[in-house]
Order: sequence, then structure tokens, then C-alpha cells
Amino acid sequence: MDFNFTTQQSEFREELRDFLRAEVPQEKQEVFGLLTEEQYQFGRKINRKLAARNWLAVGWPQEHGGGGKGPIEQGILAEDLGYWRVPKSGSIGLGIVGPAIMVFGTQDQKERYLSPIARGEVEYCQGFSEPNVGSDLASLELRAERDGDEYVLNGSKMFTSYAYHADYMYLLARTDPQAQKHRGISLFIADLKTPGISLQPLPYINGEMAAQTFFDNVRLPLSCLIGEENRGWYHAMTTLDYERSGLWRYANVRRVFDDFAEFCQGSAPDGGQPLAGHPMVRHQLAQRRLGMETWKLLCWNVAWMQSSGAVPNAEASVAFLYGSEERLRFAEMAMEVLGPYATLRHGSPLAPLLGNIEGIHREAMHLHGAGTNEIHRNIIAQRGLGMPR
Amino acid sequence: MDFALTQEQVILRRSAREFLEAECPSSLVRAVEESGDGHAPDLWRKMAGLGWLGISLPEQYGGTGGSLTDQTVLFEEIGRTLTPGPLLTSSVLAAQIVLNAGSGRQKDDLLPGVVSGEVILTLARGEKLETASRDGGLTLSGESLFVPHAGLASHIICATRPAIGAWPDITLVLVDTQAGGVIKTAMESIANYPQFLVEFDDVPLPGDAVLGEIAQGRPALDRAVQRATVAQCAETLGRAQMVLEMVVEYAGNRVQFGRPIGTFQAVQHRCADLKVAVDGVRMLTYQAAWRLDQGLPAGQEVSMAKAQAGTLSRMATEAGHSIFAGISFTVEHDMQLYSARAKIAEANLGDTGYHLDQLVI
Repeated sequence: MDFNFTTQQSEFREELRDFLRAEVPQEKQEVFGLLTEEQYQFGRKINRKLAARNWLAVGWPQEHGGGGKGPIEQGILAEDLGYWRVPKSGSIGLGIVGPAIMVFGTQDQKERYLSPIARGEVEYCQGFSEPNVGSDLASLELRAERDGDEYVLNGSKMFTSYAYHADYMYLLARTDPQAQKHRGISLFIADLKTPGISLQPLPYINGEMAAQTFFDNVRLPLSCLIGEENRGWYHAMTTLDYERSGLWRYANVRRVFDDFAEFCQGSAPDGGQPLAGHPMVRHQLAQRRLGMETWKLLCWNVAWMQSSGAVPNAEASVAFLYGSEERLRFAEMAMEVLGPYATLRHGSPLAPLLGNIEGIHREAMHLHGAGTNEIHRNIIAQRGLGMPR
Repeated sequence: MDFALTQEQVILRRSAREFLEAECPSSLVRAVEESGDGHAPDLWRKMAGLGWLGISLPEQYGGTGGSLTDQTVLFEEIGRTLTPGPLLTSSVLAAQIVLNAGSGRQKDDLLPGVVSGEVILTLARGEKLETASRDGGLTLSGESLFVPHAGLASHIICATRPAIGAWPDITLVLVDTQAGGVIKTAMESIANYPQFLVEFDDVPLPGDAVLGEIAQGRPALDRAVQRATVAQCAETLGRAQMVLEMVVEYAGNRVQFGRPIGTFQAVQHRCADLKVAVDGVRMLTYQAAWRLDQGLPAGQEVSMAKAQAGTLSRMATEAGHSIFAGISFTVEHDMQLYSARAKIAEANLGDTGYHLDQLVI
């Protein structure tokens, strides 16, 4: 049992923090629910600077442009970037697409796709969900038909986060409609500039501009297929497990909790006694302090499993489920403590913590990423506990 | 970073599980509960033979010199099987006070007996234990509530204050329970848990009764309480893990509406929530144990583990009685043994509210 980082890992964290202190001033940090284009571009710039130090893909092998370290270093990076509110970019490529290509890609695909991701030069979006397909993802309908040396794609993808910044989409499409549903799906990378792809804006309640993505006779060369045809479901589900610690999300919320706890020590928004002086508020802060600690440990448990060569499965769902619920518990608690001040948005001079509490409360409605909480409970029960289907 | 048990700890866990499944069936737990003294002497002797009564005590006193992490592994198994007896009270809580505060002579006199099981110690705390000076020595008066296993104990360590004047802090004294003026009254408790009201009526203390220095008992007491609290968390963790395994097995076999109830999401999700809580308390508990093993400050981590362990106890009780349902409302079913002990554990060494209050915000 060892809860410490190695000396080298601690040194990496210190160097990273020095970098963040120098490069990420307060005014550039993302406010929950208010990501501006300027902030997003700033995040891309930080990513490229991290890449210049071999830190961006710190856990990737050096042959693919990475830092040659492991999941623990990747966790340290995620935790600190989240805590410093560096606007997020590149995460789909770094966390999902890259690892999948490393395992299932051809030599040509590795050379073409990996290095730009590791250098922070490209943005990916993910095309899994569809208008009629959510939790039952394997019943997806977007069709990819083989036509000579091309695939022709028709259909649409829903909830495409990063769509307006992305260069490529990593997507699942049905290549064999006759096969049993899990066995007729393939994995592709589509250049979003390909003719026939169009976006329809889909604003999210957290301020993000996502899209519904339409595919109208989109022709992709065969070289866009990742892995084996009709094995895409299994490829995608395996590689989803690669980047699942959730430390970025934890730290991003933890920062607001820490700021809020400090805020409660000062005089109350109405000029009265510090909020933390109220026994009930203190008790609630203590409960959330404990919740944050538990969340952190569950995330690191996932990172540690990955570092030991194991593939977290139910453990990742445990951390993810706990995190989604803890984030909402914190947001509700902070809103309750602030009373009417909690309703003030960023921009109001009286909004506590720049409106971050109001923003995180909207963000906390995101109870569905990487599966709804109920899907995560199913995974924990069936795969983790071996309960019958 | 490495959250795996060592090879030795894996072996300890396996051998402890095999031993306790064979030697501590629920029939024994029930028999001890009925006897009222909270003790299984044969099991106690066998546990001494395995070295468990000195698992975290130094080898010079006959202990195995294990880490607190080792002790945590063992207490998980103790919790799974609801193993009765004063292991936590005597071998961890009280023995650690002697180890931390006692003179060489006191340690030599007491600790080998604790390890062999022949000496059983307990701890009395409270505001009403007062010492007075008389004839150049000390006497002890007052009472203490909720003293665990006092009926068996040969000695009670008392955390005392002076009757007159003010010491800066508590003085730890060792009291022979055979001394005149020590009156022990069992408090009728859940599952016949052996806790006592102990009254001290002007008990004269021998010259070597003080553990450590006058008015300087706090650090040794706090250190021992921290280690015992981690053991209590581990016991709770093992008990909740066992409830989880019991309900998952039952839900897989119990058929209603033509299918195992474990196929229903309502049942699966309750089990999943309990699993999440178990995993959280496991991480919190081992973190606290590891920090104490490293000599790092651990007060916050210990309190977080114990606060969450209380929550886990309640969740396990609710999940167990919900999924076992009617049958678990019978005395015959073992679930009630688990839920009764959950309440004892929750109250012992500070409950959730107490430990949340210790957190620095």
C-alpha cells in the first residue's frame, strides 16, 4: 500500500505547477458555464506549450510523440489542469482516439493521426450518440456502406461536443445491418471537412455550443476504418476504458469547492457573519469535504489500476457515478447556502465567486456523460458484482 | 502509488478468512451474544496462537510487529464474521496507550499478557474521573460510562482530571479491577454488547499506577484512539462488504415473478450504491492506516474514514433488510446480527457527526 507519488512524479507535479503559475493567470481561467472563444483558444495554446515539453500526452509512448510516462503522470496532469481551470481541449483525441489507434490502428494510421494529437494540433469530437440512440448505444443507425474503395455514410450523430472546434470525428457506424446489433458496427475517423457533413447548432445549458451532425452521402476512404470491419463496438468499448480516471473533472469541481469553502470563511454576501460560522453550513461543508476526498481516491484508484496494467471497468463506473452525484450534491449545497445570491449569474457584480456556483449547478445537470448514472449502476451491478442480466 | 496489498497481506487475509469461517460461525456469534460477556474464550486462545492479539505490537513484547495496514486487513476479516471479543479494545486501543505512555516496566508487565490473551485491558474516559492526593499517593473517584469489556478486564486505563485545582490536561492511570471500590455494572446494550458503567469509589492507586507523566496523557491517548478508530473502520468495512456479498448471492437465487430478483434494476442499483460506498470507505480507511504507518499527520484522514464508515454502516443495514426483506426481520436470519453490530460500531469512537466536526474547513 502506498498513497505517495514517486520522487520523479512529485517533481513532475512541481514543474507542472510552476508552469501553470507562470502561464495561466486568473483572468484566463474558465468560469463554469461561460466558455468564451478566446478562453478556448487560450486552452489550445496552453496545450501546445505543454506538448513542447512532452507533457501533453505524457502517458503515451515516446514513439507516438508522447512523454513515455504512465497513467499516474497522466492523472497528475489531468488533476492540475482541472484545478487550474485551463479551458479543456484535445481531450477526446488524447484520451480516446489516440489509445484506440495505438491498439487497433495500422502503421499508416499511427503515423498519420497520433503525432498531431500529441502535439496539441488537432481537435476531435466523438460520434456515438444519435437522435434515437442513447443508453442502448449498440442499436445505432448511422449507416456506412462499402462502395468500391470507399464507405458511404448516411445518418446523424447527436450531442456532438466540440463539433465547432473539431477537425475530425471519431465515430461508430453500422456496416452490417443484418448482423446481431453489436456485431455490425465499425469504427471510423471522419475528416469534418468532407463534403456532405453539416452541423446544426445544439446549445447546451452549460454554455457550450454543441451540434447535431448530419451525414449526407459522405464518402470516406477505406483508410478511415479503424480496426476490423464490424468489430467497432468491441474496439470502442475496450478503448473507452483507457482514460477513465475522471481526475480532470474531479479537480475542476474541487477547485470551486475550495474557493467556496474559503468564501464561507469571509463575511457573508449580505455583510453578515461568515457563513461558515453557522453550524449547519459548517456541517454541510464538512460533508462535502469528505465527499471530495472520497471522489479523489476513487479516481486515483482507477489511475492506479491502469498503471498496474489492469483495465478498470466497474471501478471506472464507481468513480464516475460517485463523481456525478458528488458534483450535484456540492452544487445544490452551495446554492442553498448562498440563498438568493446563488441565482446571480456571471456578470452580476454581486455574483459570488464570479458566478461559478450558478455555473457549476448547470454543469452538474450533466448526469449522463459516458453513460447515464443508471447505466453506470447496471455496469457496477452486472460486471462488478456479477449480478444476473 | 500502489493500492494493492502485499503478498504477505494477501496471505494474512486468506488465512484469516479460512480460520474465521471455520472457527467463528454465526452460531458462535449468537452463543456469545446470549452469554452476555461478549467473549469466546476458546476462539480468543486460538487467535492468540495466531499472533493476532499482538498484530501491531512490537516483537519485544511477543507481538508480530505488523503495520497498521496489516491490522486493517485483519480487522476487515473480523468484521466479515462478526468475531466477538475484546480484540479492538484490549490489543489496539488500550495496548497502544501502554505502548505510547507506559514505562519500560509497565510495558514489560502488561503487553506480553495482552499478546498471549491472559491480560485484557480496557479504557475508561469521561469528565467525571477525578484523582485526589492523599497520604502522598493518588486516589481515584468518579464514574465512566460505555467502558467496553470491563467485565473481563484485569485493568482499566482511566483518563483522569484532578478533583481540586487544574492540570493542563489528563493523566492516564492504570487501575486494577480487583481493587476495592471498583464497581462494574453492565449497561444493557444492543446485541448484548458488553459495555459497562464503572464506578470508582475512592480507589487508592499504587505508586506506579500513572502511565507516563502527570497531566501529559493526551498525546498517547489520541494516538491510540486514532489507531483504534482505523481498526473500527476496517471492521465496518469488512462487515459491509460481507452484507453486500450476502445480498448479491441471495438476489441471484431468490426467484419472484419467475426470475431471480437480482435481475431487477431496483435491486441491482441498491447493490451498486452499496458497492460504491464500500469502495469509498476502503480507500479512506487504507489511506488513514497508511498515513499512520508513515508517521504522517492523519487526524483528518482518520476522521473522514470514520465519518464515512458510519454512513456505510447505515447503507449496509438498509440494503440488507430491503433485499432480504421479510426473512431478515426474523431473529433466525443472520442479517439482524450485522445490523445490530453496525449500530455499535457507528457509535464507538465517535460517530459520523462527531468526526465531521473534526474536519478543518
